[in-house]
Amino acid sequence: MTILENPSRRGALKCLAYGGAGTLFTLTGGIVLATDLAQAATRKGQHANLGTPLFVQISDSHIGFAKDANPDVAATLKQSVALVNGLPRKPALILHTGDVTQLTKPAEFDMAAQILSDLAVSELHTVPGEHDVTDGGAVFMERFGKPSNNRGYYSFDSQGVHFIALINVLNFKPGGLGILGDDQLAWLKDDLSGRPSSQPIVVFAHMPLWTIYEPWGWGTGDAEQAFALLRRFGSVTVLNGHIHQIVSKVEGNITFHTARSTAFPQPTAGVGPGPGPLKVDAALLPGMLGITSIAYARHPAAATLTDTSLS
Amino acid sequence: MILRTTMAALFAGAILLSAPAMADDANTVTIKNFDFAPMALTVSAGTSVTWHNLDGEPHTVVSVDGVFRSAALDSGESFAFKFTKPGVFKYVCSIHPKMVATVTVK
Repeated sequence: MTILENPSRRGALKCLAYGGAGTLFTLTGGIVLATDLAQAATRKGQHANLGTPLFVQISDSHIGFAKDANPDVAATLKQSVALVNGLPRKPALILHTGDVTQLTKPAEFDMAAQILSDLAVSELHTVPGEHDVTDGGAVFMERFGKPSNNRGYYSFDSQGVHFIALINVLNFKPGGLGILGDDQLAWLKDDLSGRPSSQPIVVFAHMPLWTIYEPWGWGTGDAEQAFALLRRFGSVTVLNGHIHQIVSKVEGNITFHTARSTAFPQPTAGVGPGPGPLKVDAALLPGMLGITSIAYARHPAAATLTDTSLS
Repeated sequence: MILRTTMAALFAGAILLSAPAMADDANTVTIKNFDFAPMALTVSAGTSVTWHNLDGEPHTVVSVDGVFRSAALDSGESFAFKFTKPGVFKYVCSIHPKMVATVTVK
């Protein structure tokens, strides 16, 4: 079944339930259309027509983690790199949405950098996860701080799309969610002012920018102030990591999407004592890890999100 | 009087028996299942408090007022801080800011 010919949100939500092996998302006029990846593969040509491959999202590599949930996270990151390098058309850039490392150790960053250097795509943009800044951010900024002047937030344009990197893992308030902070929000207001509403926007940050599960801190407390600035744009795609599973939502012209981890899955919101690594049967693991590739169709402007697992 | 003496002796005995364990436990915070235990610890000035991470997930011990900050503690790792001044010190895990606790120094 494909619902591309018969777009409806109900149908889209039904297809979202397929999850597993990979789901193809398209965004047109604020409605997510989804079709099972396996079907997309059998309809060759149609996939390519959906848009120009623009970028790939990699997330939550957790280099340094070596417990039961995945004793070899370096190997699964390497597999993810191979997956990117094997795409039929090379994306222009890669976004890593944080938790590059497990414990903020320089040796972990070095190993991650070495593996990521095998990407056939040289442009890599990285925002930190809370695991990358347990020292307050110095080690991360030393390696990835240049584009943001060590602030962690910056923007750039690529192929007509405006990309905004945000940091929401520093200066947590006790008991709270992720936080952007007043300085970053003021910068965002400046960055967006005067920008035409027709320009597609991609926002990426580590922790979800919408509240998925408050008791586990899966959200960003002051993100609503950012969305107040973003709502006038016709196409906004918000990409996050942190929760190690795919969760999607569409609200008006804003599509929210969290990526799988390349390292290990986490439990569904609220299941178990907290958001720790989830041990699954070894045979099931590759299907729960993966990357997201995002494409844009120009006429009309539409974003296509494709999640690909390692299995 | 006899009763009081007996009780005092029992009490003293209990302290003696468990003295090594109590001295340790009293200044220790265990991190397990995404919680600090105890969540409120009271010690006297000059005491070193040790945090033990017994979770499968790394945690940090970060003072809200910037007084102390551990590195990321992996499973089985510890962090100690000596409190020299009285006060109420609130701290969080910077990886999981839902985890909040206090040390009160008298």
